[in-house]
Amino acid sequence: MKRFRRHGHDSQRDKLKQELYQFNKSVEHGFPHQPSALAYSPDLDLLAIGTRSGAIKLYGAPGVEFMGLHDENATVTQVHFLPHQLELVTLLDDNSLHMWTLRAHQGVSELLEVGRFTLTGPPGAPPSVTRVTTVLAHSSGELLLLGTEGGHVFVVEVPGFRELEERNISVEDIQARIPEEYVPRRNLECVEALHEKPLNPNQVLIGYGRGLMVLWDLERQCAIQHFLGTQQLESVWWMEDGEHILSSHSDGSYCCWLTTGGDVQSEPEKQDTPYGSFPCKAISKVLQFPTKQGPPFLIFSGGMPRASYGDRHCISVIHSKTHIALDFTSRIIDFFVIREGEQHTGDPSALVVLVEEELVVVDLLTDGWPVIQTPYLVPLHCSAITCSHHVSSIPFKLWERILAAGDVQNTHYSNKPWPITGGQNLAREPPQRDLLLTGHEDGTVRFWDASGVCLHPMYKLSTAGVFHTDGDPNDNLNQGAEGEWPPFRKVGCFDPYSDDPRLGIQKIHLCKYSGILTVAGTAGQILVLELNDEMAEQVVPATVVDLLQGQDGFRWKGHTRLDVREEPVSFPAGFQPFALVQCQPPAVITAIALHSEWKLVAFGTSHGFGVYDYQQKSNVFARCTLNPSDQLAMEGPLSRVKSIKKSLRQSFRRIRRSRVSMRKHQTANAAKLQELNAKLEAEALQEMELAPVQRRIEARSSDDSFTGLVRTLYFADSFITDSTHCTPSLWAGTNGGAVFAYMLRLPPVERRMEDPVTGSQAKEIQLMHRAPVVGLAILDGRGVPLPEPLEVAHDLARSPDMLASHHLLVISEEQFKLFTLPKVSTKTKLKLTAIDGSRVRRVGVALFGSSRVEDYGENGLVVLTNQGELHVISLPAIKMQVHHPCIRREDVSGIASCVFTKYGQGFYLISPSEFERFSLSARWVVEPRCLVESPNIPSTVVDPTKTRCLGDGYDGSDIRRGNDNEVLQEIQKSLEGDQMGHADNNIKPSGE
Amino acid sequence: MNKNHRVPSNRTLSTVEVKSKFGAEFRRFSLDRSKPGKFDEFYGLLQHVHRIPNVDLLVGYADMQGDLLPINNDDNYHKAISTAAPLLRLFLQRKEEADYAAFGTNSLTRKKTPAVLAAVLLRPEANRKKPPIIISLPRDFRPVSSIIDVDILPETHRRVRLYKHGQEKPLGFYIRDGSSVRVTPQGLEKVPGIFISRMVPGGLAESTGLLAVNDEVLEVNGIEVAGKSLDQVTDMMIANSHNLIVTVKPANQRNNVVRHSNNSGSGSGGVTSGSSGRSTDSGASFYGYSAPGATAMAPTHIIQNFRSEEMESDEDDEDLVIEAGGEARPIAMVAAGAAASSSMPSLPRYEPHLNLRPPNGAMSGSASAGSLSTTDRGLDRRSLEEDGTVITL
Repeated sequence: MKRFRRHGHDSQRDKLKQELYQFNKSVEHGFPHQPSALAYSPDLDLLAIGTRSGAIKLYGAPGVEFMGLHDENATVTQVHFLPHQLELVTLLDDNSLHMWTLRAHQGVSELLEVGRFTLTGPPGAPPSVTRVTTVLAHSSGELLLLGTEGGHVFVVEVPGFRELEERNISVEDIQARIPEEYVPRRNLECVEALHEKPLNPNQVLIGYGRGLMVLWDLERQCAIQHFLGTQQLESVWWMEDGEHILSSHSDGSYCCWLTTGGDVQSEPEKQDTPYGSFPCKAISKVLQFPTKQGPPFLIFSGGMPRASYGDRHCISVIHSKTHIALDFTSRIIDFFVIREGEQHTGDPSALVVLVEEELVVVDLLTDGWPVIQTPYLVPLHCSAITCSHHVSSIPFKLWERILAAGDVQNTHYSNKPWPITGGQNLAREPPQRDLLLTGHEDGTVRFWDASGVCLHPMYKLSTAGVFHTDGDPNDNLNQGAEGEWPPFRKVGCFDPYSDDPRLGIQKIHLCKYSGILTVAGTAGQILVLELNDEMAEQVVPATVVDLLQGQDGFRWKGHTRLDVREEPVSFPAGFQPFALVQCQPPAVITAIALHSEWKLVAFGTSHGFGVYDYQQKSNVFARCTLNPSDQLAMEGPLSRVKSIKKSLRQSFRRIRRSRVSMRKHQTANAAKLQELNAKLEAEALQEMELAPVQRRIEARSSDDSFTGLVRTLYFADSFITDSTHCTPSLWAGTNGGAVFAYMLRLPPVERRMEDPVTGSQAKEIQLMHRAPVVGLAILDGRGVPLPEPLEVAHDLARSPDMLASHHLLVISEEQFKLFTLPKVSTKTKLKLTAIDGSRVRRVGVALFGSSRVEDYGENGLVVLTNQGELHVISLPAIKMQVHHPCIRREDVSGIASCVFTKYGQGFYLISPSEFERFSLSARWVVEPRCLVESPNIPSTVVDPTKTRCLGDGYDGSDIRRGNDNEVLQEIQKSLEGDQMGHADNNIKPSGE
Repeated sequence: MNKNHRVPSNRTLSTVEVKSKFGAEFRRFSLDRSKPGKFDEFYGLLQHVHRIPNVDLLVGYADMQGDLLPINNDDNYHKAISTAAPLLRLFLQRKEEADYAAFGTNSLTRKKTPAVLAAVLLRPEANRKKPPIIISLPRDFRPVSSIIDVDILPETHRRVRLYKHGQEKPLGFYIRDGSSVRVTPQGLEKVPGIFISRMVPGGLAESTGLLAVNDEVLEVNGIEVAGKSLDQVTDMMIANSHNLIVTVKPANQRNNVVRHSNNSGSGSGGVTSGSSGRSTDSGASFYGYSAPGATAMAPTHIIQNFRSEEMESDEDDEDLVIEAGGEARPIAMVAAGAAASSSMPSLPRYEPHLNLRPPNGAMSGSASAGSLSTTDRGLDRRSLEEDGTVITL
């Protein structure tokens, strides 16, 4: 064939490929893994979160989001927005400061790092002198005050990061004026807090670790007032009037100081330990806001009695007579309060709390302080994700019904709109409604709106109600007995503890046309559910299917079957189960398929597969695929066998590692010898971990473990026995490279309820290379994959070509093979493993639309390999089209979690709580497109002379370049973004 | 060497039906499967039933795969008896008239007999006068391994082909990560590499003697492994396990093929030049069916070049399809590849050798291969094992 190919053919094809395929990772959904810092800009109305992996994420109105990543892989410890500007400063735990800006480019803002800076101390000074502990972004927008571990405050001009040495406030300057009798005078410890005085930006309050607070005048360069606190200082808060200061302390108390008095205040005006008498934990942050009506809001974190509630993660809110301790399920990172009004100076309206695993927003305006549902940053992992399933282009009717079912569940949320509204979302409306379904360890299935940038929760289905479980849902975990102290209230939905691991969801399949959903779980249970708009009370009939089919010598050592409730169970509106299949042995379900037109569900485990008729609620047939010599499959759940080995190995490694690292961290005068020893040990360890890794080279044999495990199931209407009549069929692929084809006989529609459905084996294919079969598909006469059930009936797909012969596509981990039908013989194949050593992990069929021609599209296979590479393979030619590295190959769970859409996009987990969305299609990319404009700046803040001289050259050059229309736009933009312009010029030289 | 012969116990029939053909005559008789006796007795029995007491015979049988294999010692005799299912078909030839080329892989099914090769093998002109020295039947055995592409590879490298042939014996080796030092314009550079870390005793890899611990793996079926992870290389090898071709740089460089030397032909590095001009020594080991657990029987030298179409070997296309109620049948390539596949061998064939010179000189015709074990390179190599990094120049 090659020699007949004309010149130019390739380049034409290349051009077409460019119109069809384009790879990018567009957006991260979910909650950032290991957040470490929080900031909020009232001017921009944006929220910023820094993470331990060095990422910084900005969120505004739904759809407005930005992400940046520091080159250093260090924890972001603090984030500060520069007041009235588009800039923000991050502090990493390697003591470097980074300047980020939101720059508009072609009408869309981008988050860019524009400068970095590390404090340099005087020569010979210990590192603690310059170790930054606190950052104050001064309201002038031109200064950063950096408090350090050594007790100094450095003043740096921004955005250029120029140190203003003459304005530094050294600890000696402070100490010189402290009264002699103040005990901690000798060692003030680190700067714990820096606060600008409200209404007077020239005065700054400096709080030191040992409790001293000093009011410093930046203009006159001297201390004005001293507050001689004696408790270890945790945080400081200026009241709005500028006359009172709140300080919180490590003993669980907070103090109120008056600033109108004399130079030295040795006693606070008021002191209180809210959860007092017994020793309490520190109050790490305290805030107070006045209200128009009178009583202020006092909000603080921590302060719990150490012995009884020391392990709780609490924020207390006190307003008038109401006092609630919000009890979070994970550690509190930080919190802030949003205030009402244009300028955010009114009553506090919402409390925004970032905890380790979720973001919680409490509505402070509504009675009872309900939680506001977050439109983004949703905790995907409130129970660990065990599987996911994507359904593209949901019909509007079904969408509405799911939304309605979800609304019923969300009544406990506040009605208030989302309070963070910065930026404009410029992204187009998504062209279709997409659903992402995630199965969780606790037996729930969550429905997410995955159409756009915001992964929005729609509806949550719980399957636990069908079964008797250890943890009865009735014993509600204490909603606080009357008069309990502290007055706890549970907030947040992160709950990683599962009552019964057998409830875990393993496979999901939703038919978007009929609204039939099947979910399958860890204990061999398969539920068939139907969408019902009303609540219902019903018994779920269970059918036990023996997959062993008389195979003897079997001993199941795994978990037992779930215990089904025999009495009627009340199900809320939404998806309600109406049939249940339980496999025996109750091994984890490894494959399911649903055919809503035939009303059949196929399911497979490591022992075999079966077909269930959910119309008649009876089993059609079961087939055992077990190899009698396969000990592992015979005995128990594979997860256990593997995980014990793995976890043992890992824990040993961890122990070894921690020993080494402990030794490395001994900084105090470690003898050189010891250090050397540790180093040697580490090296030896490294060698040891490298050396013994070896892999056995052996051909696969039929005696390998889990050869009978069913990997894939597929319903198809095709020519299975002869080339003139197409018949319904079920295809199953196993781990041992076998494909079984069953012919199904369905009674005519009018007798569907009475006559049984039958199945008989028609074919069996044993792949010579014995690699696991991971995908099956049948291509019609035109080479197009057969449509989904009911797709043609709903006029959403062309009916398949039944004139020309069909082909069976078998995708094993190692190769792609096309067989003729009904007589099975190889037509084409593509080897993958033999050529580049990678294996197919995930595969999906997708339609790639051309980005140039509206009605041109090609079908293709989307493949993810164990090397983390994505491939597109054309159909029916089976030729490699493009490939892109996507996931690190070490990220096994990321690769395993990948799910493809029908249009060339996909999702995978980048952490337990975040999905990364990627796209291989050039037609449609879901990515954030948003604009954040510079806040309205009070004219006094910006020095006009400076703006002009710096802006000149920048603007001029741009104008000369563009043509008329662009020039106007450019001028407009440069006027708007004037500040950014000069910031840019200013910063460039200091970058790097 | 027949200590480890085993008769599969899965056969329950106690007798073996034998159909023996000599010329145009057939004889039928039966043997007790559990007590087959010695080859000599059997030989005598054949001469007796055919009534040809003084004729020197070459005894062959059709094995399960339809190949004509010889019976000339106790081991292959027992093998023949134990694998007969249930009929054992024997073909007797007069020794002086024997057509040796008839033996070997695909021999019964193959249509065209390579007459040229037969001529080369028997060298009738040269050997007419003196009785032919029959070392062993070159096609008595299936090849289990061979060295290929000697003429195009650097002398420091060796390309080894392992034939799995669906036999029970494991491939039997392990690979590991390691590093080798290479000379580059920048000086010596340490680069990661893949090495053979262990041999499974009794495995195919060990028995060939062509691979050894610490050999660096450079290619798998023609694809370089540089830049690939250990797991990738493992998967590649397993994916190609039915017809595995590994190019290694042996840790022990002493047994390398030396090219362009004269017909010294002695020792393990014996070299000759073939008629094609591309020539070589190559140790190919063969496996007799007679002794499934024993060491290589007759390391006959075989020249072989790797042909590109074999790289695309379609052996793995022999997927098994079972139709409902029907019998299993292997799938043949159809459609687009049909024309090509008919002229292409479906099984990898090896070219017959051009040179029959045995490494240790001539041997008596009836020599059983056991005496050749001294040339087992695997043993040599193991004693010369080197540890640590290997310097590549």
